[in-house]
Amino acid sequence: MASTATAAGTEPVFHLEEEHAHAEGSSTMLGFWLYLMSDCLIFAMLFAAYGVLGGNYAAGPAPKDLFDLNLVAVNTAMLLFSSITYGFAMLTMDKGRVAATQAWLAVTGLFGLAFLSIELYEFAHMIHEGATPQRSAFLSSFFTLVGTHGLHVTFGIIWLVTLMVQVARFGLIEANRRRLMCLSMFWHFLDVIWIGVFTFVYLMGMLR
Amino acid sequence: MSAHDHAADHGHAHGGAAHGSLKTYLIGFVLSVILTAVPFWLVMTGAIDNKQATAIVIMAFAAVQIVVHMVFFLHMNTASEGGWSMLALIFTLILVVIVLTGSLWVMYHLNANMMPGLHDMREMP
Repeated sequence: MASTATAAGTEPVFHLEEEHAHAEGSSTMLGFWLYLMSDCLIFAMLFAAYGVLGGNYAAGPAPKDLFDLNLVAVNTAMLLFSSITYGFAMLTMDKGRVAATQAWLAVTGLFGLAFLSIELYEFAHMIHEGATPQRSAFLSSFFTLVGTHGLHVTFGIIWLVTLMVQVARFGLIEANRRRLMCLSMFWHFLDVIWIGVFTFVYLMGMLR
Repeated sequence: MSAHDHAADHGHAHGGAAHGSLKTYLIGFVLSVILTAVPFWLVMTGAIDNKQATAIVIMAFAAVQIVVHMVFFLHMNTASEGGWSMLALIFTLILVVIVLTGSLWVMYHLNANMMPGLHDMREMP
């Protein structure tokens, strides 16, 4: 882009405005947000598949025979607690307190692990009763949807541990803060997806 | 506008990466606990006799809770990243609505028309 500055009697001066420098990582947040939106579309497809196939039991077990709402409620609580503890980690990070940040991250990771353990226990219980993904279209779409969410939580926990090692080695440097903020968005996003799962799959399943 | 002013403006736009405060996190947490507990309570106790009404109520609760999480935990607002994240979110929501309603609507009608007994086979050519 060129702009001119002309004053009477002087030569016109041309300025070439170059693309100004972007600080490293200045666009990371937006880029990560776009990734989350594309992830959201993946889950939308899986929800659509479950919505279409969720009633096809093939004379097999139905949600009422399989789901234990008490267990799902505990699971939901685990994920909610992990969301608020991650929030606390971000607040302590803002204050630059390394030890407190690490502690809150560890608590978040433990809640995440508790969530995963309960989910795996539920899956193992269902498979033990013969409700495997191969049993019916309902179960295939159920395991795909809930399993994909569980896989995201698994990778979130791996990421969390990686960042805890990073913070332990290098402290709360700018790059680590940025990474922690990305994981924060990822973690809260998984909680948002879980709202859809427990409402659409578990609660609506019990109503059927 | 000189290049210097522009750079300063730019820095300001990115400086607005909000974290929220202890208060907003706690408000969000309390709201989401309530918005989670009520649907579970409704389904577990069967407080509303009508199943369809219960389904509509819990879906409404879920929608509100998603907004609460977006605002209090993900700090969504129209100003973050110069409005681009909100634009991306709106675009995604439109796609999600098209995918979900389209799939359910089309497949429901397909299932309804495939129902045995709906068509009398003797009338078929």
